[in-house]
Amino acid sequence: MTTLTLAKALNEGLRRSMEDDPKVLVMGEDVGKLGGVFRVTDGLQKDFGEDRVIDTPLAESGIIGTAIGLALRGYRPVCEIQFDGFVFPAADQIITQLAKMPLRSLGALKLPVVVRIPCGGGIGAVEHHSESPEAYFTHTAGLRVVACSNPADAYTMIQDAVRCDDPIIFFEPKRRYWDKADVDLAAPGLPLDRARTVRQGRDVTLVAYGPMVKTCLEAAAAAEEDGRSVEVVDLRSLNPLDMDVLTESVTRTGRCVVVHEAPVFTGFGAEIAARVTERCFYSLEAPVLRVGGFSTPYPPSRLEDHYLPDLDRVLDAVDRSFAY
Amino acid sequence: MTADAPRGVDAPPELVQLLTPEGERIEHPDYDIELTAEEVRSLYRDLVLVRRIDLEAVALQRQGELGIWASLLGQEAAQIGSGRALTDADMAFPTYREHGVAWCRDVDPVKLLGLFRGVSNGGWDPAEHNFHLYTIVIGSQALHAVGYAMGVQRDGAEAATIVYFGDGATSQGDVNESFIWASVFNAPVVFFCQNNQWAISEPLEKQSKIPLYKRASGFGFPGIRVDGNDVFACLAVTRRALQNAREGQGPTLIEAFTYRMGAHTTSDDPTRYRLADELEAWKLKDPIERVKAYLFKNQLADQEFFEKIDAEADALGKDVRSRCLALPDPPPGAIFDHVYAGAHALLDEEREQYLTYLAGFER
Repeated sequence: MTTLTLAKALNEGLRRSMEDDPKVLVMGEDVGKLGGVFRVTDGLQKDFGEDRVIDTPLAESGIIGTAIGLALRGYRPVCEIQFDGFVFPAADQIITQLAKMPLRSLGALKLPVVVRIPCGGGIGAVEHHSESPEAYFTHTAGLRVVACSNPADAYTMIQDAVRCDDPIIFFEPKRRYWDKADVDLAAPGLPLDRARTVRQGRDVTLVAYGPMVKTCLEAAAAAEEDGRSVEVVDLRSLNPLDMDVLTESVTRTGRCVVVHEAPVFTGFGAEIAARVTERCFYSLEAPVLRVGGFSTPYPPSRLEDHYLPDLDRVLDAVDRSFAY
Repeated sequence: MTADAPRGVDAPPELVQLLTPEGERIEHPDYDIELTAEEVRSLYRDLVLVRRIDLEAVALQRQGELGIWASLLGQEAAQIGSGRALTDADMAFPTYREHGVAWCRDVDPVKLLGLFRGVSNGGWDPAEHNFHLYTIVIGSQALHAVGYAMGVQRDGAEAATIVYFGDGATSQGDVNESFIWASVFNAPVVFFCQNNQWAISEPLEKQSKIPLYKRASGFGFPGIRVDGNDVFACLAVTRRALQNAREGQGPTLIEAFTYRMGAHTTSDDPTRYRLADELEAWKLKDPIERVKAYLFKNQLADQEFFEKIDAEADALGKDVRSRCLALPDPPPGAIFDHVYAGAHALLDEEREQYLTYLAGFER
């Protein structure tokens, strides 16, 4: 066991991937000497050289577009998008090319490209640095979308993502980058497309991913003091979605609250609510409720504590669920 | 070009030309090329055959057999000249109009028609031909080509990459980003812009205030303008640019100055935006007629040769037509195939549900 921050766990995972496979490349703005603005790629260029850890020009479409070309040549690029709100200049390459080229080739082409996106708020940043754009990508067939929430998962998930032959949008919870935990560097971890029940409970299921998993665990601990037994499911993979874990959990607890930072309206929680309702209709004691951001752009940082779901808003939703 | 003259009547002075519209061979100090009689006859054959494939495809669209077709009429020399400059190891990234380049890369024309007929969104294996899939979003493939070239560079391979796009694409961010990437990484890539003067109804003046080949200098690599209706010049200029790329001299932008004789696609009506005299002026620059004139004048081919090629074109047209009509619709389950390389639970569930639903009608 080694104690690592989430950022360092990603760094270790990337390092292992690069050691294991000489075709793995890291590319993006400032990923080389600086080690990325969050230092996730710290030291990699020093050890693997400028041809494998590529500092790119400042243009997101160019990063993804050239990564596609490199993948077509047999490389496995891991692209860093510096902040969530900056992925949109690359959205065309991701949506019209990266996601669809394997299908276009009737399977002849594989595009093992990982797009790493530090996501979410809570760090007091300026506009476009705190967003949760996952729904844009979960809506795009051909992409896999995953979100890590803790150092151990970050370590194995990034390696699994690099090994996967499909393009992957890899969300990293930026306000959890500095959270520390024990990581078993030899353990294989859960498969990339599996959800995990991170806390067992009997009365209600909280469904979260990325930065909100920790918030939900805190809420669950607080609820226990009030005598409520709260289960927490960390989705890990948003596309594909592990409905087996969700169905089993909600069938047992009879209540479900989905928590994410993105706006609730047509957010990823809507998909969970619809699917859980379809699967667990006769077990549900209350409608599936959602807690998330408002139908506003991400606010200036002095207001972000109001925008971001916190322990109290999650507990309030749990109370509302029990009120039915 | 004078203000009153139709577009293209006055050829730009910097144009690299090796064969005049009248079929006269001319010398160029930097870009001359030695071609045997057999090679010229072979180029002529390619030009005629791809024009025939194109005409057959337009006819098939008019008869409702293709949803749409993007004609290459008028651009045969740009495509055959550049396409024949490629070695087997070079990789080509096309738009959706590079039927002539596809021909040079031995892609079955029926596969191209299949895309426009709607049986697939691509359909050939790019690695098998070193000819990438058609890209419909304008300019996206320029970045793919540069990335691929960066891979070639890392592999230490003796190969170059060529990417095709039109004049309209030069306005796209991706094309400009690809210029930057190619330049700063010294990528072995050739940008082959077929300036056919029109981006659907938008004339070149809506894309650029300077000649397109001059854009390259702002990015730090050479740009060259070639007579896009001159197959010799296109071959010579592209061959040189590819060789420079392979030798580590980085990218080149080639602007093939040509003209789209047909519509942008069969859905378009060029009579709404361009004048007939422009078309008439460009007819005199036809890429096929000038090679024919050259072959005749120099007694490198006789009437029998031309009749033989025409007969071959007729047979090819018939073959393409019959095989296009025989293309089967894919089975419904094909919707779900190849979306992901690995297993995907949601897709597997949807496939099973839909096929079960369909099977219900068979009982």
